[in-house]
Amino acid sequence: MPKVTVDGVELDVPQGATVLQACELAGKEIPRFCYHERLSIAGNCRMCLVEVSPGPPKPQASCALPTAEGQVIKTDSPMVKKAREGVMEFLLINHPLDCPICDQGGECDLQDQSVAYGRGATRYDENKRAVTEKYMGPIVKTVMTRCIQCTRCVRFAEEVAGVEDIGAIYRGENMQITSYLERAVASELSGNVVDLCPVGALTSKPYAFEARPWELAKTLGIDMMDAVGTNVRIDARGRQVLRVLPRVNDDVNEEWASDKTRHHVDGLTRRRLDRPYVRKDGQLVEASWAEAFDAIKVAKAGKSVAAIAGDLVDCETMFAAKALVNALGSDLLEGRQTGLDYDVSSLSAVNFNTGIAAAENADVILLVGTNLRWEAPLINTRIRKAVWKKGAKVFAIGPEKDQTYKVSWLGDDASLVGKLPAAALDALKGAERPLIILGGGGLAVPGVHGAAIALAKSVNAVKDGWNGFSVVHMAASRMGGLMLGYAQPGGIKDVVAAKPKLAFFLGADEVDFTGFAKTLKVYVGHHGDKGAHAADVILPAAAWTEKDFTTVNTEGRVQRSEKAVFAPGDAREDWSIFRALADALGVNVGFDSFDQCRAAMIAAVPALGQEGLADYGWSAPKLPAKPEARAIPSPIKDFYLTNAICRASPTMQRCSEELVHGVDFAEAAE
Amino acid sequence: MADAPQIPDEAEVRARWGAFAWTKENAEKAKAVIARYPAGRQRSAVMPLLDLAQRQVGAETQTQGWLPVPVIEYVAAELDMPFIRAYEVATFYTMYNLVPVGRYHVQVCGTTPCLLRGSDDVMAACKNRGMVKGKTTPDGLFTLTEVECMGTCTNAPMVQINDDNYEDLDFDSMARILDDLAAGKSPKAGTQNPKRHTSEPEGGPTTLKDMVKANHDYRKEW
Ligand code: SF4
Ligand code: FES
Ligand code: FES
Repeated sequence: MPKVTVDGVELDVPQGATVLQACELAGKEIPRFCYHERLSIAGNCRMCLVEVSPGPPKPQASCALPTAEGQVIKTDSPMVKKAREGVMEFLLINHPLDCPICDQGGECDLQDQSVAYGRGATRYDENKRAVTEKYMGPIVKTVMTRCIQCTRCVRFAEEVAGVEDIGAIYRGENMQITSYLERAVASELSGNVVDLCPVGALTSKPYAFEARPWELAKTLGIDMMDAVGTNVRIDARGRQVLRVLPRVNDDVNEEWASDKTRHHVDGLTRRRLDRPYVRKDGQLVEASWAEAFDAIKVAKAGKSVAAIAGDLVDCETMFAAKALVNALGSDLLEGRQTGLDYDVSSLSAVNFNTGIAAAENADVILLVGTNLRWEAPLINTRIRKAVWKKGAKVFAIGPEKDQTYKVSWLGDDASLVGKLPAAALDALKGAERPLIILGGGGLAVPGVHGAAIALAKSVNAVKDGWNGFSVVHMAASRMGGLMLGYAQPGGIKDVVAAKPKLAFFLGADEVDFTGFAKTLKVYVGHHGDKGAHAADVILPAAAWTEKDFTTVNTEGRVQRSEKAVFAPGDAREDWSIFRALADALGVNVGFDSFDQCRAAMIAAVPALGQEGLADYGWSAPKLPAKPEARAIPSPIKDFYLTNAICRASPTMQRCSEELVHGVDFAEAAE
Repeated sequence: MADAPQIPDEAEVRARWGAFAWTKENAEKAKAVIARYPAGRQRSAVMPLLDLAQRQVGAETQTQGWLPVPVIEYVAAELDMPFIRAYEVATFYTMYNLVPVGRYHVQVCGTTPCLLRGSDDVMAACKNRGMVKGKTTPDGLFTLTEVECMGTCTNAPMVQINDDNYEDLDFDSMARILDDLAAGKSPKAGTQNPKRHTSEPEGGPTTLKDMVKANHDYRKEW
């Protein structure tokens, strides 16, 4: 622990800390452009200059200088002031002062730091250099003349996204940042470079010229696009959500978000269900709430009701629906809408037990039936970190898909899980922290779940301080749903077999509706997608940005999200729909307000009342462990179109066409 | 910026060079180059391999050679590195040609020492033969480029043509060299001053004269 002095204050800093970190510990602000905590150190912008003695009598780049015992650091000396002014002036030499038409305006590091540390006027009156735009894909808009060559975007693409598509070409004055041959950056994390870029060189294409940051109301939310539970900030103006940005949470998403998380938002205003509908003579026609409730009442379903939860619903919604179904005398609840029927007798056997953050400490990893890059992009970045930074080895069983790191593919035959090739088995056995990740494709093949658990036992993956058996889910509603009992032993087959007269589909679009031909299908959701087309009654509900809710991510982390805007038209928050329906059907659900609904939910499942990791303990059930010899399927066909909101989003459609189906838009964009 | 080379990546380039592969000798050479670096660090061989590839393209096209995008990708793939990383290297160094050049790539130094010693005349001799800066002559023989100091200032002015330097030039000697090259002869490389061999002073040493015969120790004389 070296002892250093920053501006006259003595303090101890951790071994290996840089001078910049020492200054931050001392509460000093150090301006910077290229330095970023989560990227490697480049030391090329020179904005972080400070005076350090002992050392050469000139300003030093603090971000790249390690602290040493007895260092005296000055951040407020005349030399530092002059150095900062000089660097700022150089940076602005070639920077166009086009802030009035720049989307970064108001949240631009260059703007802020030039106000705080710059000279106020330039002495340069030659021509500025200009750089042509570089096409980077559907998410990132470029104005490369504004680039200050900090190389954060290059380092992000290489180090975090694992897609080496961005680079700096030419040199000196002619240096330009570009994607390879100006093609789209093929990463599902490309939107993060927009946040990283300290200037307006990389901005968000779908959000271009939409709003200024100070016009936006900011709400803290939890993303529902996948089961990672990315912490986000919802930026809205008036009744419309304009963008979603990640918030820092080191345990979950660090400070990244996938492109789906960021850019599905334009789907929130399209194809919305904003009034009830009732099917009359085979046609869905607009109706009032009363008419819709009547249509449900006349079905006289009695006890014969069921509820099926989709991927996007929250715990309160599921609880309210459950309360109604229970009050009607049924317990037919299911959340695995595509028909999965894995055993849920112990939640610990279907949970990402290792923890998202801890996954990066694994040394040998086996992926079983998961395309992690698409199923949970932000867990994949952790695995990439384990591989890239710490040299972990990865084996995989399942259909081969590029994961951005080196994977030894063992084949896609499910029976391999039961008889792992010796190389993989020995590696897992010899590992200190082995990790087995079971994904949706694996869960779909009978026997794989049990075989994976048996494998975890045989390689001693679960031990003191380390649980190396993890299941990764794709649906944000999954763990919450399982905690609330949304699971039948035989999955949705059991619900179909029970032939319910009335079924509620909570935003469930991926269901095979043919089994429900005789059922009165009530779709409670927000988008006019597959579920709504199949429905007999549609009750318009709120999307995830339009309600307060609780959700549980794939590692069992209970998180709360807040309401950013109101649901459109006649749409209502889900809990109130079930409350009103209870009245219409003459039963009592036991709550009259959202707070009561949440309280009742917590009373029923106390773990949902506590934000943070729910404790499922560890008990692995004994399951059949003889997987059939057949190919493991890949559950996600198209990363960008996995749910109703994405499918309604023009940006996601464009991403899908361009990045998944290879349609060329580069020319048209010029 | 406007005159930065526009890198051709059209269908024709892909069609012409997409199937690029080492010739037998070059495959051997490439292997030898890669073997110079520790295992796992094969990427370090990118510069020699790009050069080798450029030479092979040159041999195939009867020019000094250049690096079409598919060839850069071929080298990158051989070294197991992302294309963009090889592409960065190829665009960084001016010795890699990113557009096709002629049989002879005439690089005239125009930096101060050469300028003071008459690089304008050298340039004039080139222009006299119909060369235009940044362009290839219609017969495909010469490409003219003005470059910065090549580190041969003692023999200024100088040009570099493919692998050879021609030094101590004036209008006439430059014109003669170009004529010889055009005629398929190989003019003498190095200094064109008959009184010099390399970079020694004309007419014998002017300093450290005692060193000519023996390893003289000057320290006593300080
Ligand atoms: S584009 Fe932005 S992030 Fe990338 S180097 Fe330029 S300024 Fe930095
Ligand atoms: S932040 Fe230190 S050089 Fe850029
Ligand atoms: S100035 Fe021409 S070689 Fe140095």
